[in-house]
Amino acid sequence: MITGGVLRSRRPEVSLRLDHRAFTVTAVLVTLLAAGCVVALSTGEYPVPAAEVLAALVGNGSPGMDFIVLELRLPRVLTAVLTGAALAISGALMQSLTRNPLGSPDVVGFTNGSATGALVVIIVLDGGMTDIALGALVGGVATAVVVYLLALRRGVEGFRFILVGIGVSAMLLAMNSYLITRAAWQEGIEAQAWLIGTLNDVSWEHATVVGLTVAVLVPAALSQHRELALLEMGDAVAIALGVRVERARVVLIGASVTLAAVATAATGPIAFVALAAPQLARRLTRATSPGMMSSAAMGALLLTASDLAVQRVFAPALLPVGVATGSIGGLYLIWLLATQWRGERP
Amino acid sequence: MREGTSVSRLHAHDLTLAYDERAVAVDLAVRIPDRSFTVVIGPNACGKSTLLKALARMLKPQQGAVYLDGAIIDTYRSKEVARRLGLLPQSAVAPGGITVGDLVARGRYPHQSLVRQWSSADEAVVADAMRLTGVADLADRMVDELSGGQRQRVWLAMVLAQQTPILLLDEPTTFLDIAHQLEVLDLCADLHTDRDHTVVAVLHDLNHACRYASHLIVMRPGGQIAAEGAPADVITADLVEDVFGLPCRVMDDPETAAPMIVPARRKARAATAVPAR
Repeated sequence: MITGGVLRSRRPEVSLRLDHRAFTVTAVLVTLLAAGCVVALSTGEYPVPAAEVLAALVGNGSPGMDFIVLELRLPRVLTAVLTGAALAISGALMQSLTRNPLGSPDVVGFTNGSATGALVVIIVLDGGMTDIALGALVGGVATAVVVYLLALRRGVEGFRFILVGIGVSAMLLAMNSYLITRAAWQEGIEAQAWLIGTLNDVSWEHATVVGLTVAVLVPAALSQHRELALLEMGDAVAIALGVRVERARVVLIGASVTLAAVATAATGPIAFVALAAPQLARRLTRATSPGMMSSAAMGALLLTASDLAVQRVFAPALLPVGVATGSIGGLYLIWLLATQWRGERP
Repeated sequence: MREGTSVSRLHAHDLTLAYDERAVAVDLAVRIPDRSFTVVIGPNACGKSTLLKALARMLKPQQGAVYLDGAIIDTYRSKEVARRLGLLPQSAVAPGGITVGDLVARGRYPHQSLVRQWSSADEAVVADAMRLTGVADLADRMVDELSGGQRQRVWLAMVLAQQTPILLLDEPTTFLDIAHQLEVLDLCADLHTDRDHTVVAVLHDLNHACRYASHLIVMRPGGQIAAEGAPADVITADLVEDVFGLPCRVMDDPETAAPMIVPARRKARAATAVPAR
């Protein structure tokens, strides 16, 4: 009668629905991700055999291997995994709330807002790494609040939210360009480097901050998962079914905005993961409700693979990962628009 | 016409309903008789859908209150209301690629929780709702692929799966051809007579309203109630001309003996035409 399976405890209190296809897709993505992580940890300038990578990970490595694997490579790999997952979940939530695949944080201006915050800190306030991250966080959240308030009229309607967001995004982009022209030469270089998202200089701190954010906000978002699916049918249906619409929306928007802002603060804006990963996951799972876990796995895989590609394929040049995700995401966006305009449902 | 002094499960007092500044209805009092098939009719923009929205707590009244089972509706938890009162809005959107069974199953939300997502009771109720609406055979089909009439029955099944004694339906027959309109109304009538549901529907077609309603609420522009009661007691040619600006004759429906409205000829209507609002 319903799709998927049901897990029931012997007593009637517990019964969970399980979408087999989404579960399988997520498992495959996580397996690929694990493989990608091992490759990223074992290859590079000093190749480390996979067995020694595992030994280092479980605490049995030699000091030299420990340094290469745990200090040099693991923070970068972990940050890629966590940032990719955070961006993808952020995108999945926002696309679902706006009922539009274009409703992702990089399209509606949150990412540009983070960039503005970071540039103001770099160029005007001359702050250090932590200040820049804080500036990016504040910029992203402030932009979200402005877009929300501008789009607010008897409730927020998805399409208006996206149009307002695109407008605000364009203004912020102009603002960012202006800020760079005002910058001194050295700051200008620093600002330009920040503007293309990169994992080149991440440390354990980055991984920890993004990790903690994911650990807090993803369970919060997951607790509203069924409500999110009902909101996609329109506010009226959701209210009629007993969803506390405003509360659900506040939790979900808050989680989405914060995840995107923290991820951007850690690495700089990384293009298109938030836009493409949830859509790719949804097409693979063919699920009718937004799949946060499959999106997260897809985002993590996308970013880890892109980062691996820019490190290994283009070495020794230090190419920012945003270039790879931007190319992949751009191709995807063209495909999405082309198929949607032909009225197809891919 | 008030049947005794008993208070009905769903009623409202002194309602002032407005969108932003634009008042739709002022000082409106309405009572939905228990176990009735109540149909709300009235000209466009008279506030009938707005009234339904207020009764279903979609729209917060600027003044007055809606009472459900003796208490102001806002004092209940949202899921508690959803276990007593169901609404099929006009603007329902089926998620792309959803199956009929999954959509109907979503009606169980107010009876579920994070760890109780699909009990055997849920399964039985959803099966029953689909059987009653005649969509059981379609359970595995995609909602996108269905005809308009089938889709409307699926939505009704979703609302029925909610297991609410009171059902509010906002123009459930819009966009359906005549046979499918009657099919949906027959279903509503069955819910009313066989299952003791209280059904409240906004309809456009006066003759359908007269044929199916046990209780009719006629609203005039400005959100006032012009008349209410059994169709045979309420519908007169004067009332229809007064409320809708349509000269007509009221006859007995040869099939059911309910009042039937036959609009006057064009010439006769032109002679008494009311200026456009």
